[in-house]
Amino acid sequence: MDFFKRIFGRKKPPVPPDGVKTAPLDPMMVAPTMITPLQGRIRIGMAQSTGVERTHNEDSLFVLQGNAAGLEALPEFGLYVVADGMGGHRSGEVASAISVRAVSRRLFEDSILQLMSIDPVTDLVPLQDLMRMALEEANMAVVERVPGGGTTLTAVLHLGHQITVGHVGDSRAYILTDSEVHAITRDHSLVKRLEELGQLRPEEAEVHPQRNVLYRAIGQGANLEVDVFTLPIPRDSHMLLCSDGLWGVVPDQEILRIVSSSETPQEACDRLIDAANAAGGPDNITAVLVYFPPE
Amino acid sequence: MRRTTRALPNKTGETDQLGVLQPGVTLQDRYLVLGVLGSGGMSSVYKGRDLHFPNVTKLVAVKEMLNMAADPTMYEMVVRNFEREADLLATLSHPAIPRIYDYFTQEASSYLVMEFIEGRDLERLLGDSDTFLAEEKVITWAVELCDVLTYLHGHQPQPVIFRDMKPSNVMIDQHGHIRLIDFGIARIFQPGQKGTMIGTEGYSPPEQYRGEASPAGDIYALGATLHHLLTRRDPRAEPPFSFSERPVRQINPQISPELESVVNAALAYDPKDRFGSVEAFKVALLSAAKQTGILISPQKSTALKLPSDVQELWSFECEDEIRGSCIVHRGILYVGCYDNNLYALDAKRGTFLWKYPTEGGIPTRPAANEDLIYVASEDHRLHAVSADQGKLVWTYLAEGPIRSSPTLYEGHVFVGADDGHLHVVNMLNGRRAWRVEAAAPIRSSPLVFDERVYYGCESGDFYCVDFRGEIKWRFRAKRAISSSPIMVEGILYFGSMDWTLYALEAEGGWQIWRFRMGRPTISSPAYAEGKLLTGCADGNIYAIDARNNREAWRFQTEHQVTGSPLVQEDSVYCGSVDGSMYCLDLRSGRKRWMYRTGGPITGTPTIHEGSIYFGSNDHRVYALLT
Repeated sequence: MDFFKRIFGRKKPPVPPDGVKTAPLDPMMVAPTMITPLQGRIRIGMAQSTGVERTHNEDSLFVLQGNAAGLEALPEFGLYVVADGMGGHRSGEVASAISVRAVSRRLFEDSILQLMSIDPVTDLVPLQDLMRMALEEANMAVVERVPGGGTTLTAVLHLGHQITVGHVGDSRAYILTDSEVHAITRDHSLVKRLEELGQLRPEEAEVHPQRNVLYRAIGQGANLEVDVFTLPIPRDSHMLLCSDGLWGVVPDQEILRIVSSSETPQEACDRLIDAANAAGGPDNITAVLVYFPPE
Repeated sequence: MRRTTRALPNKTGETDQLGVLQPGVTLQDRYLVLGVLGSGGMSSVYKGRDLHFPNVTKLVAVKEMLNMAADPTMYEMVVRNFEREADLLATLSHPAIPRIYDYFTQEASSYLVMEFIEGRDLERLLGDSDTFLAEEKVITWAVELCDVLTYLHGHQPQPVIFRDMKPSNVMIDQHGHIRLIDFGIARIFQPGQKGTMIGTEGYSPPEQYRGEASPAGDIYALGATLHHLLTRRDPRAEPPFSFSERPVRQINPQISPELESVVNAALAYDPKDRFGSVEAFKVALLSAAKQTGILISPQKSTALKLPSDVQELWSFECEDEIRGSCIVHRGILYVGCYDNNLYALDAKRGTFLWKYPTEGGIPTRPAANEDLIYVASEDHRLHAVSADQGKLVWTYLAEGPIRSSPTLYEGHVFVGADDGHLHVVNMLNGRRAWRVEAAAPIRSSPLVFDERVYYGCESGDFYCVDFRGEIKWRFRAKRAISSSPIMVEGILYFGSMDWTLYALEAEGGWQIWRFRMGRPTISSPAYAEGKLLTGCADGNIYAIDARNNREAWRFQTEHQVTGSPLVQEDSVYCGSVDGSMYCLDLRSGRKRWMYRTGGPITGTPTIHEGSIYFGSNDHRVYALLT
């Protein structure tokens, strides 16, 4: 209960005793000791564009990030989702939108909200099972409501020191350090598979006529298999979630150059979108960039 | 004809919105719908009754194609595809192919009326049990499937390519024979366009992605189906064309190498490397069956003893069982025994140096630091003795037997006891620094990391406490946790008597995944190359992918595995209650060697300068050259 009071107990702001209007303090007047220096914080950016050649935007994104401080504080948490819809008659945009909702809702309810409960909750579903359930729910929602529609979906749930990734399709999650960029997800695309098997060289895969063909996506029947894994958060590094409208057009090294030369994640996202459009913008573009500070 | 889909098993409750016919509906004044057999995508299959036979119940399967295509071209295409399936079936006549009785269109739907097959499809059959199918049975079905494919491929005027061989399309009828169902092969396919899907489902051959349909494709899909049946690994859950990454015998060692190589040949990536025809496939199956004697006498003995290609360096006999684990410190091996003694032996030669008597059995592993050896005993005490001569330095008294192995950390010994406390004792003088209570006896060895102590107890509670003894978080398994935790990259792993291996985030104790085994476990996991290794009372040594809890392999010993695995380079060493020490290949789980002792091995081995050391309940300590 004390915990509750601490959070919600302050009903009214204290009335200034002399009735004088409050004004911001001159920062120079505030003694430095009054400010509890909070450690480096997670910073996020996001951007989206329909692109040059498309008339509809079928991509969806969802970003939620939480911080707390104090004794017994909640761990830092975040939820980041990118989905790239496909299918005619608006079904792509509906598929990606309802998938993002279904996944976010399930993860929010059963992980983040549970963290906030005052009594410790026992018997929680393991995070990886939860991630799988979330994506399967999205899949059933699309199968039932959007026949003919489908979507990729890449979701990252950040809790404390770990991120748990759920992934279907060919949107990507990257980790970017100062000097390196690597995808942590595996495209569920035909050409990627042929490339893994040594049947195609990467440069052939880039121009392959079937490079958009997926072998797994949300909304393509009930036997959905989802890639789920957990990693420690990448300290002093960026995590990028993006649709193929970005990675299919802007080379990895260029993405790295833009991210590491930008002041903020938001600036980086804006510049990434610009770069994709400058390169022709053949598809919808979505980017979500998260910076995790050093420990 | 009957079809089950994993797709929408509970569809009946919400069928109205999808336009599925309700029981009681009559089509063409002739076919009374009795129920839904399966539904998915644009088609549903019903169990029906033919009312033209009023005096008997003649059952039929009615396949309905609901045409929801809005686009006229698409609509046409859907109708044409369905008609093609009807036309094709009408021209086929084979005992393994369901007969077609009728075809008609009513409102927006088309219907095929077919023979009703009583039985289960192979996917259901697999799902209904959790054991491997017998090799003999699978070969018998495979031969029948080859026969029906031979018929289809030899069909005149045009060969018929089935293109959709998979367990859910094969029924086993009430006579035990296979029946091929679902000739609705056509899938809407628009190569190159964004968003086009391919219905690979894991069974289709690589060339089907290029739109090629050939007998070689059916051979591949049959190979994929057999692979699934023999391994129980659903290819739809794996990347396409990845069968070679999970050889049949690695998953199911019962299968003969002959059958495995037949399946491999059918699954060759290049169609030219597969069997030239289904007949050749069948001949290979029959010859594999003959070589292994399956078709002649199913009870051929395969009791082939492998010679141990590992050499005993020495062994030493104590006076009672050795249930705990040993350590090697400065060239001396220390091991506790149920004769109450802590033994010190020369690690190279196995010669006796000294023994130190406690007053109880020692089921734990000693710990060493510089000149002191710490050993916990069932006499309620933690003993510190000199490493060179075994002279008593101090003892610490708990209020119950100590069955937890001590952990040393920054000048302190951390140890759990049956008195339900975690004790923290000064390493030099044996004085208690602090202790903290748990809900039940603590028999796991505490893990100390970054000012936090992690340990499980016999009530199933798992604790994280700080150095003031304050509980930071608590997790509860359903049964005792005697397995000791390990931590890798901020994630804790431990087993429980509730048959589960847990992965918990170390900061807050959230469960990341759990892996269910066949029995309880008290084995403490080991980690190497992204894999967790653990023993289990179900007799298996498991390797589990730490990232996503997928089973990489398992190795079956002949009795419970209560000891813990040890990984050195690419070898896993683990003892079993069957009396043997096993050395397995870390990547494949294949056995490199085994060494038989005269009693159960319940401790964890240790490796020192190329030798492996362990105790056995046959009273002996063994040193083997690896």
